[in-house]
Amino acid sequence: MARLDEIRELTRVRVLSFLREPEAVFWVFMFPMVMAAVLGFAFRSGKPEPSTIGVVASEALTATLGASEAIDVESFETFEDAHAKLRRGAIDGVVEEGEFGALPKLTFDPVRAEAVTARLRIERALSDDLDEPIVATEELTEKGSRYVDFLFPGLLGMNLMGTGIWGIGFAIADVRRRKFLKRMLVTPMRRTSFFLSFMLSRLVFLILEVVLLVMFAAWVLGVPFRSDAVSFGVVCLLGALVFAGFGILVASRARTIEGASGLMNLVMMPMWLASGVFFSYERFPDALHPILQLLPLTALNDALRNVMLDGDSVLSLGKELTVMAAWCVASFVVALKIFRWE
Amino acid sequence: MDSHRDQIDSPADSTVVARGIVKRFGDLTAVDGIDLEVEQGTCVAVLGPNGAGKTTTIEMLEGIKQPDAGEIVILGRTWQHDARAIRERIGVQLQETEFQDKLKVYEILRLFDSFYAADADLSEIINTIGLEDKREAFVKTLSGGQKQRLSIGCALLHGPEILFLDEPTTGLDPQARRRVWEVVERFKANGGTVLMTTHYMEEAERLADLVVIVDKGRVITRGSPAEIIASLGAESLVRFSLIDEDVRVLAEDELLAMEGVSAVRYEGADIVLSVERTQAVIASLFRVVESRRLRLEDLRTHRPTLEDVFVALTGRHLRDG
Ligand SMILES: Nc1ncnc2c1ncn2[C@@H]1O[C@H](COP(=O)(O)OP(=O)(O)OP(=O)(O)O)[C@@H](O)[C@H]1O
Ligand SMILES: [Mg+2]
Repeated sequence: MARLDEIRELTRVRVLSFLREPEAVFWVFMFPMVMAAVLGFAFRSGKPEPSTIGVVASEALTATLGASEAIDVESFETFEDAHAKLRRGAIDGVVEEGEFGALPKLTFDPVRAEAVTARLRIERALSDDLDEPIVATEELTEKGSRYVDFLFPGLLGMNLMGTGIWGIGFAIADVRRRKFLKRMLVTPMRRTSFFLSFMLSRLVFLILEVVLLVMFAAWVLGVPFRSDAVSFGVVCLLGALVFAGFGILVASRARTIEGASGLMNLVMMPMWLASGVFFSYERFPDALHPILQLLPLTALNDALRNVMLDGDSVLSLGKELTVMAAWCVASFVVALKIFRWE
Repeated sequence: MDSHRDQIDSPADSTVVARGIVKRFGDLTAVDGIDLEVEQGTCVAVLGPNGAGKTTTIEMLEGIKQPDAGEIVILGRTWQHDARAIRERIGVQLQETEFQDKLKVYEILRLFDSFYAADADLSEIINTIGLEDKREAFVKTLSGGQKQRLSIGCALLHGPEILFLDEPTTGLDPQARRRVWEVVERFKANGGTVLMTTHYMEEAERLADLVVIVDKGRVITRGSPAEIIASLGAESLVRFSLIDEDVRVLAEDELLAMEGVSAVRYEGADIVLSVERTQAVIASLFRVVESRRLRLEDLRTHRPTLEDVFVALTGRHLRDG
């Protein structure tokens, strides 16, 4: 079958030329692992980080503060020195001795969560009689609720987006720049086979990419995997297809690698920030949530978190799947319409 | 525009027919009404300086570019109706294709083979293009000539009836060029039809049965290399300069008055005469120069080439662009 032959050969060539680029392999496979590992370890420890406080005060006050386990004390000669560090965010607040018996004074940035925490810890340390707890507490140590557990599905989603858009976008821009695309078009090659080969090579890498990253996350970082294979597979597949469509779309007109690359960053940048990769998009104002949920990466990340962390079935993800499917169809249709063959 | 008409319009033994094809890029008319016909089993070379419209012409014939006017029939079919069928039966080498560096010779041939219905014997193709040793070599390790032969191999592997070559040897050294010529000659010897562009006369003279010289998007002359050269009406060209004197002291009339001189051209410090009886002209040239007390320098004669025809027709050299 000539048809299957050409799809197979085109796909083989795609896969080979990718595997023969060591940099590409690094960015697709190694980078997300390194990133997950670094961020995962940074936020892994069971014990809460102590607050770092600058102190410009008497030895007595310094000692009282230093006695608290939740506070690291750094002494300064003058308020100016301490203030300089505070501005850079290296310390969470500055405590000065109160003048003429007044209360000690704390300078801090109330917008920073760490600074607010520091304030509470300082107040606690300075008033012994508040030792009695006024609320009962339960510590959250269960797997699946730590930051790294939140982070990993986001990284996976971001990786599917990056490899789809970069992998396909660059490859298309490159064959066009080399006039290799033009050369293939004077053969009876079917244009659909050309596109299909990109999709198929994406799927080959998708499997490698996802399996490697999930194994790494499960074994090294202890991220839970509560999904059934089908739900997880469907979500990943749809995610890969959406961003393959985006990859073809961003490269459909670009004549140069630079042109394509600018467009890719333009498309990806907002989603890196607003689609809940590193922090939940719920931090943005409520009014924006419906809009953010329409972004394909938001939908993918939400779906991945639901299946991986909560073990939800793919059947309960109607909204996310619809958003992704819609983007997928739209990007392919537009890409096919505007694609520059020559 | 029915295919019935296409059949009638195309002469039985013509494999490529183009009538009055035009291509415009904005204000520029790159191809301005070119007619072309390639008979089966012959080689036609389109010759012209840079920007003459050679690539634009051949790419319209290859179905890459759409002509703004005129019609094209390839193997009795049109691009509008039978693009796929035509593509199965032609082989194309483009002026500037870069293969992907990280692929091997054999992988590229296998890729192109998969596009065609016909199954190729790739080892035979590799022999034909002389890359036996390079079968497993990465494209980026190939020399310019080897890359060009690979490119022609991709155009040949499905056994096409027509081969389109756009400047197949530009940038190659003489030896690499000769190896490309051998591949093309073998294709022709097996009954293949070739349409090529070039700006090398030697190439056209060696490979082509018919030469079409184009300039500024128009055909300025056509014929076999011998016919075109004969059209100059000169047995040879005599070229000389004068010591310490501008050649223009010898007026055109004075030179044309000499028996056997058919044309005079001033070219920088040189005069070029188109002459019929070389020996007699040189003898009278000596007499004229003596009588004017001038001194000849750098006197040369050579048989006319296609280049001379081009210069005679346009006043410019092919390589000037
Ligand atoms: N895509 C294009 N857009 C605008 N102008 C073009 C385009 N392609 C070709 N031209 C112009 O058309 C003219 C003919 O170009 P063409 O490439 O056909 O010349 P050529 O005879 O093949 O030259 P060369 O020997 O340099 O390959 C040139 O002036 C060129 O600048
Ligand atoms: Mg050209």
